Amino acid sequence: MKISALIILLLVFAAFSYFMAKQKITTAYRQRQQKTKILTLPKYFGYVAALCSLLPALIVMLLLQLIEEPYINSEISNYLTHYEHSSDNDLGLYLNEIKSADTADKVAALSAEKQQVYHRYHEIETTTKRTHTTIVLSIAVLFVIWGMRKINTDTPARKVFEKIIEGLLLLAASIAIMTTVGIVFSVLFESTRFFGEVPVLSFMLGTEWSPQTAIRADQVGSSAAFGAVPLFIGTMLISFIALLVSVPLGLMSAIYLSEYASHSVRSVAKPILEILAGIPTVVYGFFAALTVAPWIRGLGESIGLSVASESALAAGLVMGIMIIPFVSSLSDDVLSAVPQSLKEGSLGLGATHSETIIKVLIPAALPGIVGGVLLAASRAIGETMIVVMAAGLAANLTVNPLEAVTTVTVQIVTLLTGDQEFDSAKTLAAFALGLMLFVTTLVLNVIALHVVRKYREQYE
Amino acid sequence: MVKNMNKALLSKPSGLVEQALKVNKQTTTEDALNIDYTATVGQPNCQNAKFSTQNVNVYYANNQAIHDVSLDIGAHEVIALIGPSGCGKSTYLRCLNRMNDTIDICRVEGQILLDQENIYHQKQDPVLLRARVGMVFQKPNPFPKSIYDNVAYGPRIHGLTSNKAELDELVEASLIKAGLFQEVKDRLQAPGTGLSGGQQQRLCIARTIAVQPEVILMDEPASALDPIATAKIEELINELKENFTIVIVTHSMQQAARVSQRTAYFHMGRLIEVGDTNQIFTNPAHELTEKYITGRFG
Repeated sequence: MKISALIILLLVFAAFSYFMAKQKITTAYRQRQQKTKILTLPKYFGYVAALCSLLPALIVMLLLQLIEEPYINSEISNYLTHYEHSSDNDLGLYLNEIKSADTADKVAALSAEKQQVYHRYHEIETTTKRTHTTIVLSIAVLFVIWGMRKINTDTPARKVFEKIIEGLLLLAASIAIMTTVGIVFSVLFESTRFFGEVPVLSFMLGTEWSPQTAIRADQVGSSAAFGAVPLFIGTMLISFIALLVSVPLGLMSAIYLSEYASHSVRSVAKPILEILAGIPTVVYGFFAALTVAPWIRGLGESIGLSVASESALAAGLVMGIMIIPFVSSLSDDVLSAVPQSLKEGSLGLGATHSETIIKVLIPAALPGIVGGVLLAASRAIGETMIVVMAAGLAANLTVNPLEAVTTVTVQIVTLLTGDQEFDSAKTLAAFALGLMLFVTTLVLNVIALHVVRKYREQYE
Repeated sequence: MVKNMNKALLSKPSGLVEQALKVNKQTTTEDALNIDYTATVGQPNCQNAKFSTQNVNVYYANNQAIHDVSLDIGAHEVIALIGPSGCGKSTYLRCLNRMNDTIDICRVEGQILLDQENIYHQKQDPVLLRARVGMVFQKPNPFPKSIYDNVAYGPRIHGLTSNKAELDELVEASLIKAGLFQEVKDRLQAPGTGLSGGQQQRLCIARTIAVQPEVILMDEPASALDPIATAKIEELINELKENFTIVIVTHSMQQAARVSQRTAYFHMGRLIEVGDTNQIFTNPAHELTEKYITGRFG
């Protein structure tokens, strides 16, 4: 039986036990003598019965799913020993060939020996799946019956239900955490492989980045250089320019929106500002590359500066515009959330509107504002498309915003796009860069959190 | 955050708007009851008026919250504004330092003179006015700063002192006047929000007198406090009247009787009766005043 059909069947069982249990309790209530006491609602017994039939079967089903594939593989390889076939390495390939034969044509194309294996494989697969379905269904049926017999008016149904809900919420929370941990570990393991080939220090402190290795030893660049410093300087430079644009603009527009704008202006302006966040970054990218970068170059040349046609400044400026809504929208929300009484207290002492904003509202809203800036910063650090298009790919070690630079994310993309072997230093470098980037943003977050805790003025 | 936002929405001025809307609804029932009102009873005028208001009308959008109130407030007197909820006493109070300006839909008509100058005149700067006419709010609202910074806030904004020593002195003097110095002298750098409710309110009073205003408006300053803290605030008001003119809105008639020299009774946005506190509470001239102080409504 297909998994989807099995799940539907289990759900039908659950629905059945829900109604049965509810019915049973309702009947039991009706037969009671005293009618005064407040009773647990029958639906809670229904929920408990339904979950009681569903959960064990689901858990067993998941476990069986996990062991199904290894089990079939081991069975088939046991079978294959009769044919005196294959070392371990070849076995996988061999099995793949058999498993991928899903049409009659493909099966016919197999050798006679393989056809035999193919049939044996299907035999094993069918019996295994059938056994699994039987196990799951019988567990479900057993639990439905057991639940029906067990459940009565003394069952602490509400308490059990609360526990189950709590468990579900915990599960939801832990999935997010587990995913994060999983990503960190996968990046960590690939990075250790990279650091096996390239020393950590030469990666972190090296100033030259050219990951391409020449094919012949006598060519130029026969050994690759993995110095990540130019990439991080590039990332910092572009993010810094972006924040330089977005923080003042975003904060000021937030103050305007929350404090000065009339209701009608606000209701139009705020959504328009937020649309900025919805523009695809590719669109920003070609805006930066085709409009802003040439404009900056023209401007620079007219005052006698030499500007690269792809410059950090162009990418940073456009990125800054892109992340304005992150700063403005969040800041606007927290500024509006500061109690009116504080504002009136300040105005009542004869402070002007702007004095009130600077001395009372912003300090009180600081944690939220910093949160918005951090969000914007992590967007800036992680942004790839605009940089690819507007700042170039050359790993120059420079802090001059008029030159072409490249960033960590852009290099990760170029390292991993196209057909790549997955065990060369060049590809693994991408993971090391990812790890470094992750650590950098983490450190930034911790610092910001610390700053906020120190300087915030808590109003309640 | 959501909680705070709700609080912000519930707090004034939107609360005032709601009250005003309520007033409008009640007006119809008043008409139905046919309560007799022609003009303010008593003595709305005084000799040495600090504030002189004539025919003040206040509207929230199309709802009239205050009808033709004319009242003088004498220098160095404590005047209590009493009346049932939604009668317009808070709205009237907030006209006196133009705090109603912060509400977009609020419109004030009539004449309000402070020392013979119209405070609603185009050239009048509401910021300077509020420095002269301080305000203490219903709920203690210390800034989320240190006790010292709370008191120093006003003087710093207005540049009242020229150096640190003078500022220290002014802060100390204000805290002493507000009767709080003994309790906080060892922890001036502690956050003002960490004080108890009564202490917070006295901190707000200290903050207000640090600006050295001429008039202090108090909007139910003790309604969020326990009886002991209330007693301290009342004692404080009695001391402050030496130096300041005080207008206090209160829900407690006992409080009005204890702290004020004159009392004005508001009802449905109208000033019904005004007179010496003693006379109002012992021998009210208007039927409505009598009903209110004897507790038949409100």
